[in-house]
Amino acid sequence: MTLLGSYLTLAAVLFCLGLYGVLTKRNAIVVLLSLELMLNAVNLNLVAFAKYGMIPSLTGHIFTLFTISVAAAEAAVGVAILIVFYRRRVTVNVDEFDELRR
Amino acid sequence: MATVFAAYAWLVPVLPLAAFALLTAFGRSLRTTGAWVAITASLGSLVLALLIAGERLAGAEDYSQSFDWLVFGTATLSIGIDVTNLTTLMMVIVTVVGFLVNVYSYGYMRDDERMTVFYAYVSLFLASMLGLVLADNLLMLYIFWELVGVCSFLLIGFWYYKPEARDAAKKAFIVTRVGDLGLLIAVLLLFWYMPGHALDFSSINNVFGNDGGTISAGVTTLIALLIFLGAVGKSGQFPLHVWLPDAMEGPTPISALIHAATMVAAGVFLVARTFVIFEASPAAMATVAAIGAFTAIFAATIALAQNDIKRVLAYSTVSQLGYMMLGLGVGSIVAGMFHLFTHAFFKALLFLAAGSVIHAVHTQDIREMGGLAGRMKTTAWTFGIGALALAGIPPLAGFWSKDAILAAALEQNPLLFVVGAVTAFLTALYMSRLFYMVFAGKPKDGSHAHESPAVMTVPLVVLAVLSVIAGFVETPWYGWFGEWLTGESAHHAGYLAMIVATAAGLLGLYLGWLIWQKGTIDGKALAARMPGLVRVLERKYYIDEFYDLVFVRSLRRLGHALRRFDAVVVDGVVWLAAATAQAVGRLNTRMQSGQLQGYLLAALFSVVILVLAVAGRRLW
Repeated sequence: MTLLGSYLTLAAVLFCLGLYGVLTKRNAIVVLLSLELMLNAVNLNLVAFAKYGMIPSLTGHIFTLFTISVAAAEAAVGVAILIVFYRRRVTVNVDEFDELRR
Repeated sequence: MATVFAAYAWLVPVLPLAAFALLTAFGRSLRTTGAWVAITASLGSLVLALLIAGERLAGAEDYSQSFDWLVFGTATLSIGIDVTNLTTLMMVIVTVVGFLVNVYSYGYMRDDERMTVFYAYVSLFLASMLGLVLADNLLMLYIFWELVGVCSFLLIGFWYYKPEARDAAKKAFIVTRVGDLGLLIAVLLLFWYMPGHALDFSSINNVFGNDGGTISAGVTTLIALLIFLGAVGKSGQFPLHVWLPDAMEGPTPISALIHAATMVAAGVFLVARTFVIFEASPAAMATVAAIGAFTAIFAATIALAQNDIKRVLAYSTVSQLGYMMLGLGVGSIVAGMFHLFTHAFFKALLFLAAGSVIHAVHTQDIREMGGLAGRMKTTAWTFGIGALALAGIPPLAGFWSKDAILAAALEQNPLLFVVGAVTAFLTALYMSRLFYMVFAGKPKDGSHAHESPAVMTVPLVVLAVLSVIAGFVETPWYGWFGEWLTGESAHHAGYLAMIVATAAGLLGLYLGWLIWQKGTIDGKALAARMPGLVRVLERKYYIDEFYDLVFVRSLRRLGHALRRFDAVVVDGVVWLAAATAQAVGRLNTRMQSGQLQGYLLAALFSVVILVLAVAGRRLW
């Protein structure tokens, strides 16, 4: 049980680091990287529960694999959007992204 | 005799009304044609009024016609006309003077840009005045009463670019409102107390003719006094007389028509029309007589010290209206209406002649006039006739009517008779002063006065003829007018009143001649010996100053306080509501920054709060 606790703690630390990066970093690339960090924290949780949870099973592992692949696709789409954005605005500074307001 | 023309009496006010509508609709494109439209309409009214009068002289029955206007519950408000001898008399006065003034204005207002507007207002006035005269119930009379007030306001302020004219118009409107309020309350009281809520004059005559019927003496007195308050406002009687002299800022034909002959006489007419109510209340009658007598002598003394030709005539009008009220107050409806009848002609004549003078010399200050008799023969002659008629010199019209009032006063109360006689003396004095200062003496340098065109002088001549002959309808030996008007001949107190009135008039004229023409008595030295009295008279007994101090200032202060309350409290509440909404909106705009990270932060905090809430609830 203590082992699960340490895994969860690590995942929580990772998640908070990622969240901090997403909220504070100005560079959009770094924001995307931080997002990956948060996703991986979630993956770690899934795997930890799958191994040391109340009812260990393979579902968590499979789910994690899916998450990793979907995250890869998501990162690809995100970076693609970012590149298009950079071509139009010549900046990757998140502060200057206020298209949602218009 | 059948009533042929009386059935068309409704046309009398409708004709000028149509002219008003026409002039308003087609406005300035008409110009001189517009004047002809108005003149033709008033001529039509005049002819019809004369036909009706002729029919009545031949002894036609009273004619009335009305239809229901509003029916609510058990009460009915009707609208209709009443053709009786009294209303016919008024109708003839109004249409005669109205027509002549319309003609005269064609010359007087020729150079004015807004001549059609002027004619439109005059036509509207004639329509409302005739409506007032013919109305068969008090409510309808009240509506037209207000309408003539509006027309008076519009016409006093006709030259609205003059600040004095604007102020005078406002003053006239506000001061007469005080009286109008009294009349309105009287109408409401009558509506409340009359059986069946009837407001028509025949019901009023029936109810009050029989000792007030169910209406108590106190209420009767109250109603009579309130009606009289309305008359006081409209007819410029003592406490509310202040607007009438200021109203002289309007064009002179208007002063002749509205503020001398017709509208101001409406108050006298109103008292005559509701005379039964006054007869039922001795206290009200005494009030009418006292106010009338006081106004007569009070205004006459002021007229003595004024230097504006129209103001002298205006105070004279106030004084003569007081005379009429005195006549009514001592119980003689014949004397009051007779004086109204003759006064309409000679006072309109005096005003129109004064207008002719003003037209020629372009000033209203009599100290700058003089010697006009040689250059303006017709004006001088007609003015002289008017002045003699007003001064009550036999055998002109004013003598007979004044004599009738004095005779009635002598029977009732010797004090009132003395006041009336002194007023007659003062009247003759100020009229001779006016005449000699304007027409006699040496012409002032640099005046290019010349006689007015025929369109202005012919009405003067017509009115002068009327001023001479109008009095013969009622003399002590021949009481035809009184019999026609009321069905009973008026009593005359013999020769005493007549001799005193003539003596007073002649004495006034002689004294005036000595002071202002011959110079035997030095007027200036006389005035210098009592500077206080002269100043008081010149300042009109400081009534205007007193009203300004007591009413105008305090009301204005109240107004300022209320405005501040409005600005601070009422506006403050509104402002607070608006500011709150605005602040909330501004906060929300700031949250919608478009910054993704900001949204995320908000979402994070929301989740944290949610979690804390759920967890906290579980802990409890």
